[in-house]
Amino acid sequence: MENLNLFIRSIFVDNMVFAYFLGMCSFLAVSKNVKTAFGLGVAVTFMLVVTLPVNFLLENYVLKAGALSWLGDDFADVDLSFLSLIMFIAVIASMTQLVEMAVEKYSPSLYASLGIFLPLIAVNCAILGGSLFMQQRDFGNVWTATCAGAGWGIGWLLAITAIAAIRERVATYSNVPAPLRGIGITFILCALMGIAFMSFLGIKL
Amino acid sequence: MAEKISNKDIFFNPFSKDNPVIVQVLGICSCLAVTAKLEPALVMGISVIAVLAFSNVIISLIRNTIPTNIRIIVQLVVVAALVIIVNQLLLAFAYDVSKQLSVFIGLIITNCILMGRLEAFAMSNKPWPSFLDGVGNGIGYSIILVIVGFFRELLGSGTLMGFQVVPQSFYDAGYANNGLMILPPMALIVVACIIWVHRSRNKELQEK
Repeated sequence: MENLNLFIRSIFVDNMVFAYFLGMCSFLAVSKNVKTAFGLGVAVTFMLVVTLPVNFLLENYVLKAGALSWLGDDFADVDLSFLSLIMFIAVIASMTQLVEMAVEKYSPSLYASLGIFLPLIAVNCAILGGSLFMQQRDFGNVWTATCAGAGWGIGWLLAITAIAAIRERVATYSNVPAPLRGIGITFILCALMGIAFMSFLGIKL
Repeated sequence: MAEKISNKDIFFNPFSKDNPVIVQVLGICSCLAVTAKLEPALVMGISVIAVLAFSNVIISLIRNTIPTNIRIIVQLVVVAALVIIVNQLLLAFAYDVSKQLSVFIGLIITNCILMGRLEAFAMSNKPWPSFLDGVGNGIGYSIILVIVGFFRELLGSGTLMGFQVVPQSFYDAGYANNGLMILPPMALIVVACIIWVHRSRNKELQEK
């Protein structure tokens, strides 16, 4: 029940894009049409679901102060937490490379349309942000971490699909001033959606 | 590369025509996070210039020896090492600023500009053009940060670099700070306005 609560809250209240404004770069650049946006959303969700538990185990059994005590008493006061940033990034980067190879093999068209933003998933702030929030909030066990990761991923997927759908309509039906076409109007749409998502703040299940 | 671009163009293009933030759309996250005040925006800009220039040079030097399959990891390790050096330097020589910025300095690692430029430029060019590209893009990024930080601090808190700019008589006459400017969504709107002005002056950048 608690995990379900966390899952729902991660999707709406703590939405990565609209509450924390993380992962904006690929969010803005790859949201031109719904299909590509959905593909990237799935990739990001997958990355979050995989990297969060891995980083959770790393944090709790290797990096945290006293986390190495299972190796014996000699290691009880070793504190490797200064390495956490570089370890998290290493896990995320190697996972990205795996996803990149899989996408290239099984869906060349998605691979072509994602272009440079596929390797950029590694520096998608939403994914490193997820791991850093996990570290900050002290989740109880691996399942909680996985639920939070899934929630953040689906929240991001929801956000990018929504903005892509709006952008498709805007491109067809509305008469945007020429200099604002494309990326400019997307910034404004994003800001408006961000303000709208603020209304979820404070909701508790 | 089909045509040779001169070093001068590599350095100056990112200032406006090929600006990393408003044309290439990279590095938006930090743009929203650090620009509520002008001073962190400025320090962040300088740190990004340093990290970007040196990581471009290092990657460009070893570009022929990096196996394609693990290039992302290699790039991130180089960037992370440089960010740690910048962080230590700030701790040693500018402790107060570094305390203010601690979280944001770590965020440089996930700044898309770095990976974007490494992938798109340093992996296929010689060290000296890569250095110019890094400095140029860093300055282009800083220009936007400073403009956004200037407007958000001026309109949101009535100060610049921490000094009161809007005179007290304005407040007495009924002027109030716009609290909305401090919130992250307004950074998006300010950037949108910059894009608007920039693209109405550079017609060839307009879409469709």
